Amino acid sequence: MVSKPHGGKLVNRVVTGKRREHLLEESRELPRIEINYERLIDLMDIAYGVFSPLEGFVTQEDYLHILYDMRLSNDLPWTIPVILDVDPEEIQGVKEGDDIALAYDGKIYAIMRIEEIYGWDKKEYVEHVYKTTDPNHPGVVKIYKMKELLIGGPIDLLNELKHPLEHRILWPIETRVLFREKGWKNIVAFQTRNVPHRGHEYVQKAALTFTDGLLIHPLIGWKKPGDYKDEVIFAAYEALIKHYYPKDVVVLAGLLMNMRYAGPREAVHHAIVRKNFGCTHFIIGRDHAGVGNYYGPYDAWYIFQEFPDLGITPLFIREAFYCRKCGGMVNEKICPHSDEYRVKISGTKLRQMIKNGEIPPEYMMRPEVAKVVINFKNPFVE
Amino acid sequence: MEENIEIKIKIKKSLYEQILKEAERSGFNSLDEFFEFILEQLVESEGAEEASLSEEEEEKVRERLRALGYID
Repeated sequence: MVSKPHGGKLVNRVVTGKRREHLLEESRELPRIEINYERLIDLMDIAYGVFSPLEGFVTQEDYLHILYDMRLSNDLPWTIPVILDVDPEEIQGVKEGDDIALAYDGKIYAIMRIEEIYGWDKKEYVEHVYKTTDPNHPGVVKIYKMKELLIGGPIDLLNELKHPLEHRILWPIETRVLFREKGWKNIVAFQTRNVPHRGHEYVQKAALTFTDGLLIHPLIGWKKPGDYKDEVIFAAYEALIKHYYPKDVVVLAGLLMNMRYAGPREAVHHAIVRKNFGCTHFIIGRDHAGVGNYYGPYDAWYIFQEFPDLGITPLFIREAFYCRKCGGMVNEKICPHSDEYRVKISGTKLRQMIKNGEIPPEYMMRPEVAKVVINFKNPFVE
Repeated sequence: MEENIEIKIKIKKSLYEQILKEAERSGFNSLDEFFEFILEQLVESEGAEEASLSEEEEEKVRERLRALGYID
């Protein structure tokens, strides 16, 4: 059967109907905090249960447990604190126990009950979560730009975020109903922020052999310059699925969530999130959620040993490459041949070819996929 | 943290030895942790649905899935 949500219950903090009207009215009188777009995405993820069991932004007890133990204070695995930062001036006159309105671009999205206001040590955060204090790490940069204080407490979502790709986004309750409609009991999720090459396809199909269905789950959210644009990724996957997957074994749906580039900790975080979507298995490949050379290629595998109680099965699948002697896509475990026969797929090389409008060789990327990607004028985030 | 309750159970010795091996292999720090995890899984699988949707709410979800082409 599909996975139970993390913590046993799918969180739903989306307020509707008369209660929503009443709270919207109330929110206009409350002290207001403007949040940025990334915090707004976190807010949505909390409200729609993506981050179950979190009901709001974390309080200090959970924050410290997560940093030091990679668990919530109730011992449930959780590896990345979901935090809301404020400046002292923004909450002048506001105290613990008060309600505030959270707004983005002048529009109120939620009411938050402030359970706690606390200080934090950014260096401590990045050392634990990112395992580096290097100011060039994209996640570290973001943390150091955050404000002085953190506030924790539950949220109630009053307005949905209108997103240009909302027709691509499914929330956990929707994938759960979908998997049930399809009669799927074992579902493997594949996380991606790239267009598919032959290596990705190989890994997905290897996992799909053992499950009822595959959820291809591209991340929609903040990305760094040089990443593929969301619409390009979806178009590319549609081409791949149309030509190379049997009907009805794949669901392609977007996940609105920020990418943190925290390597191993984020791999566990991603697995928990997919558990909330109803998946029973989660593919962890080479350097999952990594960036640059901050993490070892398989560090994101070893961390799972600390979570035998995670509740979703990680599938550790080695990097695929093309072997001329084997005559197809293989990995190190199943290919006995030497490097002279092996051709690795380089993401950097693929990007360059696409930038130059070149169709990559077939062993790297399916031609139908390549044509779709190249047809976009600017496929990369600038 | 939640309060713990201590209970005593009687099981076959052979089963106990198998459980010890399995708990160690799975990476749990103690038998208590292992038993708690197994029992939680069992209770959750028999327990209530993850998010109790009314028939109306569930139909609304299905409508969206139909509109997006995920189901017929």
